[in-house]
Amino acid sequence: MAKKIRSPQELLQFRKKVVALKEAAKTRIIVSGGTCCLAKGSKRIFELFREELDRQNIADGVELISSGCHGFCENEVIVVILPEEICYMRVRAEDVKEIVSRSIIKKEIIERLLYKDPLTGEQFIKEGEIPFYKHQSQIVFGNNRFIDPKNIEDYIARGGYEALVKALQTMTPEEVITEVKKANIRGRGGGGFPAGSKWETTRNAPNNPKYVVVNCDEGDPGAYMDRALMEGNPHSVLEGLIISGYAIGAREGFIYIRQEYPLATENTLHAINQAREYGFLGENILGSTFNFDVEVHRGAGAFVTGESSALMSAIEGRVGQPRPKYIRTAVSGIWGKPSNLNNVETLANVPLVINKGAEWYSSIGTENSKGTKIFSLVGSVNNTGLVEVPMGTTIREIVYDIGGGIPGGRHFKAVQIGGPSGGCIPKQFLDMPIDFDEFSKIGAMMGSGGMIVMDEGTCMVDVARYFLDFLSDESCGKCVPCREGLRQLRKILMRIVRGDGEEGDIVLLEELSEVISAASLCALGQTAANPVLTALKYFREEFLAHINEKRCPTRVCQGLVSYFIQPDRCQGCMACLKNCPVGAIDGGKGLVHVIIQDKCAKCGICFEVCPDRYRAVEKLSGEPVPVPPIPSDREISPRRVAR
Amino acid sequence: MKKVSLTIDGKEINVEEQTTLLQAARAAGIQIPTLCHDDRLAPHGSCRLCSVEITSGKKARIVASCVYPAANGLVVETKSPRVVKIRKVILELLQASSPKGRVEELGRIYGTSTDKFEKELTFCILCGLCVRYCSEVKKADALGFIGRGIEKQVVFFPEIALKSCPACEGQCFSLCPTGILPNKFARSVPSFGRSQPTVFPVRLWDEENFLNLTRNIE
Repeated sequence: MAKKIRSPQELLQFRKKVVALKEAAKTRIIVSGGTCCLAKGSKRIFELFREELDRQNIADGVELISSGCHGFCENEVIVVILPEEICYMRVRAEDVKEIVSRSIIKKEIIERLLYKDPLTGEQFIKEGEIPFYKHQSQIVFGNNRFIDPKNIEDYIARGGYEALVKALQTMTPEEVITEVKKANIRGRGGGGFPAGSKWETTRNAPNNPKYVVVNCDEGDPGAYMDRALMEGNPHSVLEGLIISGYAIGAREGFIYIRQEYPLATENTLHAINQAREYGFLGENILGSTFNFDVEVHRGAGAFVTGESSALMSAIEGRVGQPRPKYIRTAVSGIWGKPSNLNNVETLANVPLVINKGAEWYSSIGTENSKGTKIFSLVGSVNNTGLVEVPMGTTIREIVYDIGGGIPGGRHFKAVQIGGPSGGCIPKQFLDMPIDFDEFSKIGAMMGSGGMIVMDEGTCMVDVARYFLDFLSDESCGKCVPCREGLRQLRKILMRIVRGDGEEGDIVLLEELSEVISAASLCALGQTAANPVLTALKYFREEFLAHINEKRCPTRVCQGLVSYFIQPDRCQGCMACLKNCPVGAIDGGKGLVHVIIQDKCAKCGICFEVCPDRYRAVEKLSGEPVPVPPIPSDREISPRRVAR
Repeated sequence: MKKVSLTIDGKEINVEEQTTLLQAARAAGIQIPTLCHDDRLAPHGSCRLCSVEITSGKKARIVASCVYPAANGLVVETKSPRVVKIRKVILELLQASSPKGRVEELGRIYGTSTDKFEKELTFCILCGLCVRYCSEVKKADALGFIGRGIEKQVVFFPEIALKSCPACEGQCFSLCPTGILPNKFARSVPSFGRSQPTVFPVRLWDEENFLNLTRNIE
């Protein structure tokens, strides 16, 4: 049982002790252990390291840490050896013995496991030198790679809970709010509302008690920044929450974690217990008169509970659906009491502001968007993972400098930002800086930080349809514009991608979108038409091609695509015939193969399996399928085969 | 109670604080259409038919008048072109799933086109009047919502319904604004109203009823 820390001095002494202990270990091995790392077998790798260190009898001088996500998710499992800062990527179980005997004992570098830039072929030893990391500034996310999320001492050793001490000891609650307001932290959940103002409204609201809540109901497709923070560094969020509780005058906090994040839940619960043991939660925190405790509330699988009033209904134990918010939740939230809700990343920024001051913090970023933002960079990009950049960084820098560009020499088409409430930002805005207001100017939204890169092979009508599918399922279904409006928007889009689009559909989409945006009850509905509206704004010609020419320019929409075998390229290899699941291909050895169009299910398997050296299967859209050769012309002459 | 003063459709109106815009307008003789509202029940704000346009400062926005509280200096338009357009589209959306009853009546008033959207008949507009009446007035909670998004439905909970529905004799049905469902439904469940119903359909539009109703309407 750990000793309760009762004063700032005790914390200082304790930190010194922990740091000294850490320095005593000659070598540290850090194995990444976020959810994606676990999927790649990092738990087993961690255990193997432990066994191997024991076997070689060197466990005493080596500290082994299972950290959170390092961000470079496509190269998991990542193993970092300190103090040499050797970083190995894509480590597998069979590499462990070699790493211990060569890199730990003999201090050699195993080149095979180093990161190799796929574009230049250059190899890097240190994690920080890799282009993916070099162009980032990880002020919030950076600690993830050094900390064992299950060990509060790791967090304390890196200056953890210093901000809480500073706030409790030297600042009044009002001063904390002033500092947060001066730093101008804007809500990282997507809305961009200034956190300080929200805190102030909650503090000044007449009712008591007051509640503070963390929103970890991250649900945007392709976004997982909050998960990585909550899993990898839960104490940083917890510290931010405790500070917000102090500033607002709350005694109780809630952390709402979605059901799909078991590791985040586990690590958060663990962190809360440790914080209680060490006296960062409970009565008279750090010897002050401030009392505060936290409860974890698990979500039940609904996207809409990320909306503040729905989330609060869920905490109350009712159905998680939004209610009219004409009186703000900051004034009347959980059980009608003033409740302040902040996103995970927003709160993780708070200790930084308190420690280093609003002036330092607001020196980062643009005029109206301060600090950094974490994005999950996914989709058609070479380096996928979590990236943290200062506000003001351009999309081009993220996609090309950090992301390493688009794979396979394809071209950039758009980047989807802001999840289902956001939109697709086209090429002409590549140099636009990351900024809350800039994004909303062009009809998109910062959102929580999902960034899906799309290349030229992406059909934007199909993307809009995908998001509408998602939203019509995830809407709570309470209000008519959202439920029925999305149902019909989806039907119209399905019609268009199927090839049954009619003239007037675009006008109908626009009219409906306008009503959904204006009349829906909550933010989900009010922003639900954004994917359609931005697609119509920037990629209108694709909609027109689908509707008027019955052509999908990217040949993605199944209903508008036909497959055809080029007679002069077919070598009669029978690969397509054997693999066709519906028996729609007629042919035989030495014969030109023919697709029977009436039978074809348009699955595209023939296109995939036709050998690269022949490329005989073609995808067509918007043009008639050529008539196949008559039987007597279908024999492939030996000369042609030989060639 | 404190009084507040606001303008609705150019009329200056004084009401008590906490009054909703809908109540304020109705008290002043200004009619606003509703589908999910009932004076006996807490406002739900789900049909959005009572949408009005409010201006405070420079910004104009659409709010649901049944839940929006009256405030000093508020300027409210209940029949602006934007409001009328929103109501019309809402009714057209509803007509795709429930083309009869009150929806049809209001549709006629607003000049809706009945075939603007693809039909998907469910005969329920999920206004929640039956659910809320059962819960708030009868305190029985014999029905409720299940599912979400476009899959959302109203269902009876058989265990509760078996006990509490017979005594109440389907008061909830008379509230239903969709016109066709309640009468047909009441007749199609012969055991209804007796002391011991033997079978109680779980869903308002269980498959057999649904098919019958569809046949009747087309």
